[in-house]
Amino acid sequence: MSGMVEKRGLGTWLTHIGLILGIAIICFPIYMAFVASTVTQSEIAQPPMPLLPGPHFIDNYTAALTQGINAPVMTMLVNSMVMALGITIGKISISLISAYAIVYFKFPFRMAFFWMIFLTLMLPVEVRIVPTYEVVAGFGMLNSYSGLILPLIASATATFLFRQFFLTVPDELVEAARVDGAGPVRFFIDILLPMSRTNIAALFVILFIYGWNQYLWPLLITTEPEMNTIVMGIKQMFPSGDDIANWPVIMATTLMAMLPPVAVVVLMQRLFVKGLVESEK
Amino acid sequence: MADITFNAIRKSYGRTEVIHGIDAEIADGEFIVIVGPSGCGKSTLLRMVAGLETITSGEVHIGDRVVNALEPRERDIAMVFQNYALYPHMSVFDNMAYGLKIANVPKPEIAERVAEAARMLELEPYLERKPRQLSGGQRQRVAMGRAIVRKPAVFLFDEPLSNLDAKLRVQMRLEIKALQRKLGVTALYVTHDQVEAMTLADRMIVMNAGVCEQIGAPLDVYADPATLFVAGFIGSPPMNVISHDIRPGHGALAPGAVIGVRPEHIDLVEPGTGLIDFDVGFCEPLGAETLVHGVTAAGDKLVVRIDGETRPPADGVKTGLSIDPSKIMMFDPSGHRTSA
Ligand SMILES: Nc1ncnc2c1ncn2[C@@H]1O[C@H](COP(=O)(O)OP(=O)(O)OP(=O)(O)O)[C@@H](O)[C@H]1O
Ligand SMILES: [Mg+2]
Repeated sequence: MSGMVEKRGLGTWLTHIGLILGIAIICFPIYMAFVASTVTQSEIAQPPMPLLPGPHFIDNYTAALTQGINAPVMTMLVNSMVMALGITIGKISISLISAYAIVYFKFPFRMAFFWMIFLTLMLPVEVRIVPTYEVVAGFGMLNSYSGLILPLIASATATFLFRQFFLTVPDELVEAARVDGAGPVRFFIDILLPMSRTNIAALFVILFIYGWNQYLWPLLITTEPEMNTIVMGIKQMFPSGDDIANWPVIMATTLMAMLPPVAVVVLMQRLFVKGLVESEK
Repeated sequence: MADITFNAIRKSYGRTEVIHGIDAEIADGEFIVIVGPSGCGKSTLLRMVAGLETITSGEVHIGDRVVNALEPRERDIAMVFQNYALYPHMSVFDNMAYGLKIANVPKPEIAERVAEAARMLELEPYLERKPRQLSGGQRQRVAMGRAIVRKPAVFLFDEPLSNLDAKLRVQMRLEIKALQRKLGVTALYVTHDQVEAMTLADRMIVMNAGVCEQIGAPLDVYADPATLFVAGFIGSPPMNVISHDIRPGHGALAPGAVIGVRPEHIDLVEPGTGLIDFDVGFCEPLGAETLVHGVTAAGDKLVVRIDGETRPPADGVKTGLSIDPSKIMMFDPSGHRTSA
């Protein structure tokens, strides 16, 4: 008996050591970035880089947030937040509504529209970036939030996901709602939306990270530093030519760029996992 | 509360017609069961009354209105679905209250009506639960409650008990009947279970392949079936069909015509003394009664129902059958009852 317990104890230890090692390896670069963001430029430049945090945390982060290098990080964070939320909310609303139309309404060329939406899966941002730029520039939306958001909010994936979910909703439920007197809009708001909430939460997490991490598109259409997003802004912080990079500030910016996606994942994790695993009966 | 009239109702899906013209008059407060085999169009007929299917031709009247063009909610009906169709994200209370909320019934009245329905259906302890936290029988009650609170003129039921186990089905059957009596609301109830039909119905509509074969009170339909189909469908075991004339002094039957006799109208007698001789195949003792299966001398397979207390004949024994001539029914080749 005791032998078994001991053996299991040993196994637990080994697994834990393995896991801790793994996590340590993954976290080490992030830790180094944190260390670099709390020391001075000269300390980083001299070869043995410090391994323990220094005393300049507040200085460096304040410098990053208020001045940054090209634009204050605060501005870039706000820009990124607006873009990521705009893309997420836009994508979810549009795909919910289009999936609703495709599943519940009979209209001419319904399947043709569905396949057209589906085909756009093959055209990610990078492929259509030149014509999209052309259009956005034509509308005068360069350096604007609408220019950052609108071209990215059509989503075949999300439409498809909601379509598949709506197809699993029993017809009897639709009919019960009709007998209860719910019209199409009420049915959508009172019944379909609440039933989709775990799906919506899962998509929110995925799409928020997608929006937050956009790099190429903001790089292309924001030329003014005030409109930079943080993910592209980090790259802009590297000096060109022989100038010296301000590593503490760059590292502070990097860490701050990571925080919102992490926060979203942590806050929505419960709903997110539920959305991926369980379909409500 | 209202009477319902079907006026030559037809339904086609594309070019296939599935309901071939149904006429019926249903009185206010009547409990009507629509019964028939799977695929005969019972649900389609009910759904046309509900307004969930369009009516291809003919008219449905509820009360003094033709409802063909009305939306379900304008028809003053409530429906109970086979899979209950409860809203999974709403509590029992909200499930029952939803229709009233949409109809802009004032909040206090909603609470009062739901409370009353919950009391009637013994759902009071569950009002805060979600449907998935309820048993099948409780969900069934919630679905009933949702129908009751609307105070509709007509209840529509589409096989509401078919997902329940046998015991619960019997219990819920009695409850539905009692509730309908108490509320006095006209009810249309679809089932393929003839026992359910017999026990619930004031009158039943027996359907087959999209036509109405007979409308009548259960015992009348049983005692006096209009067609061979009804004779075979209503009653368990079904009516015996004999293709040789067994009546003394009659010649051969017209080609295609048959004779029908209910299993309980046949008695086993000594060989040679009855109308015809009978080879017993096997017996099914069911307690209160025993079903004796076998073959007549002319080759017709028959079932005879004898009292459970009577000692059943051994397998393979030869006996005679005596049949009360007045209980013999004749069917012409098209399956309709004839007198001779
Ligand atoms: N949407 C549809 N399109 C085409 N045919 C249909 C459709 N719905 C039903 N039918 C046909 O109509 C006929 C009657 O169907 P219905 O559902 O009314 O049968 P039912 O009597 O309720 O059977 P069950 O006891 O199995 O529920 C069937 O032959 C069915 O195939
Ligand atoms: Mg049916």
